[in-house]
Amino acid sequence: MVDPRGSIIDERMRGIRKVIAVSSGKGGVGKSLIASTLALTLTKKGYRVGLFDLDFTSPSTHIILGIGDVQPKEDKGIVPPKIHGLEYMSIVYYSRDQVTPLRGADVSNALIELLSITKWGKLDFLVLDMPPGIGDATLDLIRLIKKIEFLIVTTPSQLAFETAKKLASMLEELKIPIIGIVENMKMNQSEAIREQTRKLGLTYLIGIPYDSQIEETIGKTKKLLDTRMGKEAERLVPHLG
Amino acid sequence: MHEWALAEAVIATVAEAAEKERLKEITEVQIKVGELQQVELDILEFALSQLKTSKFKRAKFKIETAKAEFQCRVCGHKWVFNKETLDKDTAEAIHFVPEVAHTYIKCPKCGSPDFEIIEGRGVWLESIKGAK
Repeated sequence: MVDPRGSIIDERMRGIRKVIAVSSGKGGVGKSLIASTLALTLTKKGYRVGLFDLDFTSPSTHIILGIGDVQPKEDKGIVPPKIHGLEYMSIVYYSRDQVTPLRGADVSNALIELLSITKWGKLDFLVLDMPPGIGDATLDLIRLIKKIEFLIVTTPSQLAFETAKKLASMLEELKIPIIGIVENMKMNQSEAIREQTRKLGLTYLIGIPYDSQIEETIGKTKKLLDTRMGKEAERLVPHLG
Repeated sequence: MHEWALAEAVIATVAEAAEKERLKEITEVQIKVGELQQVELDILEFALSQLKTSKFKRAKFKIETAKAEFQCRVCGHKWVFNKETLDKDTAEAIHFVPEVAHTYIKCPKCGSPDFEIIEGRGVWLESIKGAK
């Protein structure tokens, strides 16, 4: 008995130059905001970009982007709609933004299903907003998407960084490229995370200051790009290749 | 899963298997389709006929549907999938991503969304026959 879905994932990814998984060891570090801001920044710079929300049980990029009432089109598969110039895919099209309680095997199945049916256009970057941790989605993506690269988000908290370290060490063991570490919600000028990142032999990409106003940009993408996070995201672009 | 995407996946998987087994042509492919997917078999058959390459010229696709059955993890109750109880949009959402069944279907006995799809989810290639 063979599950045929895995065979076409390569084909679905063929037109995509880079796949960037925005991930973290712990939740609540700002992955979804960073993934959305990065995708919007790349789009603004003229790149062809897709954003795929893979946090199936707690999706939030649709709220950040303020997607409104859109649905993918059917054309021998599913064609993601363009939102703010980027191709956007999320389980919310099918869950209608209602609670979706999924166990690990269900997460895997939904992920494989969506990777198999989604027909992305020709893209320079596909940004993945990952669920937190080293669970089913992370392991499946490593197995299924050969060109995946990771961007790891942490906060200045040692607790967040310790889990980021674990994720990084697993990726290094598996020889999966790590673009670098993003430090979010910096409260002061401490260099501790930069220093520890350097000791690990990884690239410290950017430090984003804590912004108490960021909540006001939810659903307002222009405002989001005007924040410090938006400005810092521009500095990420040269690292993405 | 979408019928055309499914057909594409079936053809790609069978072609890969044929390559591995050094089959010159495929004569028969048995496919099992879970009921939860609500795959329209005539569209799937049409898509397969359109996508097949020369290796599949004489291939017969035998498609069988497996009934979908659920079991509640909380109270242990078992029940079967009934498309008729769902509205059109919900049925379509489950067709594309069967896991969203956990959004719309609850255990009829205790109301829990924590159930297992014990049968009838997914699409499987049961056998591939061919000539060397």
